[in-house]
Amino acid sequence: MHELVKLLDKNGLIFAFLVVGFIMYVSYIASKRLTNNKIPGAAIAISAGLIIAYFGGDKGLASVSAFSGMALLGGSMLRDFSIVGTAMGASLTEIKKTGLIGLLCLVLGTIIAFFTGGTIGYLMGYTDAKSFATIGAGACTFIVGPVTGSAVGASSDVIAISIAIGVLKSILVTIITPFIANKLGIDNPQSAMIFGGLVGSTSGVSAGLAATDVKLVPYGALTATFHTAVGCLLCPSILYFIVNYYL
Amino acid sequence: MKIFGVAILAACFLVGHFIGEELGRFFNLSGNLGGVGIAMLLLVLLNHYLKKKEILKPETESGILFWSTMYIPVVVAMSATQNVKAALSGGWAAIMVAIIATAACYALIPLISRMAKNSQSYKPESNA
Repeated sequence: MHELVKLLDKNGLIFAFLVVGFIMYVSYIASKRLTNNKIPGAAIAISAGLIIAYFGGDKGLASVSAFSGMALLGGSMLRDFSIVGTAMGASLTEIKKTGLIGLLCLVLGTIIAFFTGGTIGYLMGYTDAKSFATIGAGACTFIVGPVTGSAVGASSDVIAISIAIGVLKSILVTIITPFIANKLGIDNPQSAMIFGGLVGSTSGVSAGLAATDVKLVPYGALTATFHTAVGCLLCPSILYFIVNYYL
Repeated sequence: MKIFGVAILAACFLVGHFIGEELGRFFNLSGNLGGVGIAMLLLVLLNHYLKKKEILKPETESGILFWSTMYIPVVVAMSATQNVKAALSGGWAAIMVAIIATAACYALIPLISRMAKNSQSYKPESNA
């Protein structure tokens, strides 16, 4: 047993291919047999991943020895590499159509998330400007939160909460999107780009769209990746100054 | 050869990340400003250009397409390696903020989509 764990640890990435392949196989069968393809296999696989992660450690399943390779396969390097790859499916004319509105969504999405998030935090007792800004920034994405927190000098527990908010948001977006995409009219490249720009969390948006309609992933991901950039620009600067002025 | 496609993808990825890092440095922020998005735009432009010139071989393209289809498995691995326990232990504050802020963003989608549709109806050429 010990020898086997050692072998799997040494060949972590290869074992991760096998593990993910297995999770996806089971999920796609479950989607077909149990839900008659109503719940997409990708959505089941991603949710299964999150449930499995709950029983792991601070790196989810990758904290369990033998499964360490999952961190490499699911890490930012390969994630970003394959996201960029999806751009092959995006057409320039579709992107041009949404250009300006996409930009508006990015700014609007950041402002809405920042002030809604900050206000709820304020109502729950985080009343100083630094905490307001950090919690509001966490409601953008889990990268904007800590970037803003360290820029304005917020305390570490508030920064931890902001990361938790960002992660929860991406989990929520991943799970909810396939169920409400139709009602919100997310069924074409334009609305996918608007969705990505407004909601922002790249992992959540692209996972949610992957489970909704794979063709829409590049459009949503394209604007979503800029959401973090816009958030990192606006939250610690102009938005923080506004909050600081009034609190 | 397929590796040409993978190499093109790698080039876009690295150039995008480089620009993103430089932008981050320019604005004095630790982190990468939209590197992935820039890389995606580069690939979209390159793909558009190469297809127009008809010099993109299907074999080369399949090297890029392989990695784009690996996207969902990678996301599954990513979800399996999240710190879900910590996210849930962030307490009610974290959960409330996440739910309400996410709902607020979702609420705007139909509104702006409608705006986008209306603005497009004035430009007949964009309906193509």
